[in-house]
Amino acid sequence: MAVPERRTDIGPPHYEQFLPPVIKKNYGKWKYHERLSPGLMVHVAESGDKLYTIRVASPRLLATDTIREICEIADKYCDGYLRFTSRNNIEFLVSDESKVEPLQNELKERGYVMGGIGPMVSNLVHTQGWVHCHGAATDASGLVKAIMDELFEYFTTKELPNKVRIAIACCVNMCGAVHCSDIALVAVHTKVPTIQHERVKDMCEIPTTIASCPTAAISPDPAKKSVKIKEEKCMYCGNCFTVCPAIEIKDPDRDGVAVVVGGKVGSLRSNPKFSKMVIPFISNDPPRWPKAVAAVKLILETYAKHARKHERVGEWIERIGWERFFSLTGIEFTWQHIDDFTFARETFRTAATFKY
Amino acid sequence: MSKKYETPLLDELEKGPWPSFVKELKKAAEKNEMAADELGQLEKSYKTKLGYWKHGGIVGVRGYGGGVIGRYSSLPEEFPNVAHFHTVRVNQPSGWFYTTEALRMICDIWDKYGSRLTNLHGSTGDMILLGTRTEKLEDIFAELSSRGWDLGGSGSAMRTPSCCVGPARCEWANIDTLEITYQLTQEFQDELHRPAYPYKFKIKVAGCACDCVAAIARADLSIIGTWKGDIKIDQDEVRKYAEGGMNIQEEIVDMCPTGCMSWDGNELKIDNQECNRCMHCIAKMTKALRPGDEKGVTICVGSKAPIVVGAMLSWVIVPFMKVEPPYDELKELIRNIIDWWDENGKPRERIGELIERLGMRSFLEYVGLPPVPQQVKEPRRDPFWFFTEEDIQKIKEREEEEKKTGQYKF
Repeated sequence: MAVPERRTDIGPPHYEQFLPPVIKKNYGKWKYHERLSPGLMVHVAESGDKLYTIRVASPRLLATDTIREICEIADKYCDGYLRFTSRNNIEFLVSDESKVEPLQNELKERGYVMGGIGPMVSNLVHTQGWVHCHGAATDASGLVKAIMDELFEYFTTKELPNKVRIAIACCVNMCGAVHCSDIALVAVHTKVPTIQHERVKDMCEIPTTIASCPTAAISPDPAKKSVKIKEEKCMYCGNCFTVCPAIEIKDPDRDGVAVVVGGKVGSLRSNPKFSKMVIPFISNDPPRWPKAVAAVKLILETYAKHARKHERVGEWIERIGWERFFSLTGIEFTWQHIDDFTFARETFRTAATFKY
Repeated sequence: MSKKYETPLLDELEKGPWPSFVKELKKAAEKNEMAADELGQLEKSYKTKLGYWKHGGIVGVRGYGGGVIGRYSSLPEEFPNVAHFHTVRVNQPSGWFYTTEALRMICDIWDKYGSRLTNLHGSTGDMILLGTRTEKLEDIFAELSSRGWDLGGSGSAMRTPSCCVGPARCEWANIDTLEITYQLTQEFQDELHRPAYPYKFKIKVAGCACDCVAAIARADLSIIGTWKGDIKIDQDEVRKYAEGGMNIQEEIVDMCPTGCMSWDGNELKIDNQECNRCMHCIAKMTKALRPGDEKGVTICVGSKAPIVVGAMLSWVIVPFMKVEPPYDELKELIRNIIDWWDENGKPRERIGELIERLGMRSFLEYVGLPPVPQQVKEPRRDPFWFFTEEDIQKIKEREEEEKKTGQYKF
């Protein structure tokens, strides 16, 4: 069959054609919502109309046959309407209350996991990892699976002081809000990259490569028509590798993940915050990364035990102090914790008030 | 018939209660040889702890410079069916709403031309169709675009704008995030499809300060819904929360960052002049409290991930702006912002980094925005600053005026 005529610069289809009738009718006129369970909420409009949302976890990586199955369910209970969230959840939109329970039953039977609404761990935001990225220093999907198998009940049933947003990035480019998440893992390298000098002249632009280094560790090497790296200045960010494929930074024994905590994007109570590094390196240990999983669980459960209601991880830590965070979790404080990069001076303590 | 690989390591990730991406890979691999080789190569990565994807080459569809991420296996002899494994970014509809009919149509196209694997969705918001060959790209694009779908952004270009669920299903939405996102996406089609910028430029639109799309952290231009005027209080509903077991003093009043609330056991009072609209009380008592009536946006610029000199959050440049269709004022402001960056930015320099390099004043003056205290957390602390001749002239003129009137103006 012939391929149809292409069109360009038409942009995405207008969203209105995908909105269920109850949303079209009550667009911008919602009055309030209630969380009925970790996987179910109802939005009530000023007109009195109700819309039930059932939230289901997805692994983000979906086969088309799974999408077809999701569609089949949405046809049966939601008149063919559904949406996805910014954290890779599927939301079934139900306007007929009598269909809520049968839908929940069918989802359960088919093995779907409902939850993530309210003071819970929602689904993880993550990157491609070894599944599809050229720069990955770990596999994000595997870490997500291993972590959420362990934290499963915090998605489905077990409440926390407030929501906890976990993210995973497979390199420091952080295609995901790792830098502002409650708990996050970011994959890091720990070794100065090697240079295949004979390939540099064919594959790389030397000025761009030099400019790519945030610590000015790269300089020209005219004799080799290449570049050289001052080892003591390199912080293994990998930006040179991104612009110059002849530079290799990946190393199976020296790549792994760091743990960062305390970030948030919302402005509720306190301003948005950056995540801060608390564990500088855990070696890659596929398929289940047991030490990285244990680290996330330790931090989550220390927070659950000590934080006040409505406090996010970062708010709890700021109230008690970072030094208390280290004593409560038992995490070792090392040279890597003291900043020596761009914003270092803002992080040193300037008062004799602290705890142990 | 696709090749069957032994995957003992990945098989471990089929176990456990959380949905398994390995099951998805296997499901696709049963019917598709690209997906089968993807699975085989991933198992090898799990064994060696190394990735095997090469840098993207220049691939795409005719007339576009973005929307397709070139991806090649570095082991094409071992895994020939992923020798090419390009990603197609499809611009999602605002708010990620779909009909099953639309999703099935996308699946049909992908089953025919691609790997049967997808991401719903990628980090920027696009639908990600994961893995196809160069020679299939034109057909995929024709199939998609003839049915009303277009590619998203990639490379040094405007990236696909995205937004929260907004007024479609949220009582806190101060603005029509879906329509703003749609309108901006349409406005910048050329910039989205033909990379001509120093680096990427992301736009995200959040309906309120809860920021469910991480606009403040993940967008070069963050548009966040806000309001002016008093928070609307339904005192009966407040009392119902108290009766229902909420400790209003501890959970609401004491957690208010500005201390602008009080509760006497019967009535909740808010000193609205002191409220900074953080959303805590409204989010916790959604039946009782609602944002004020005068709606608009706060506009911030500059947030990004750590590469190159550290992560940044967006900075407030416009505290409050009314926005209404067709959003001409907003579009013009964004064009000015991008012009300044495009004119002055070095390759791979994001707008936040450029503002640091050339100064906030240089940026704000070009864009035509005045200095206001809402743009800073605090004024400068060290006694070094620039004056232009005009700045001094203004001060001198004012002092002359003061001598005449005998009234000082600070």
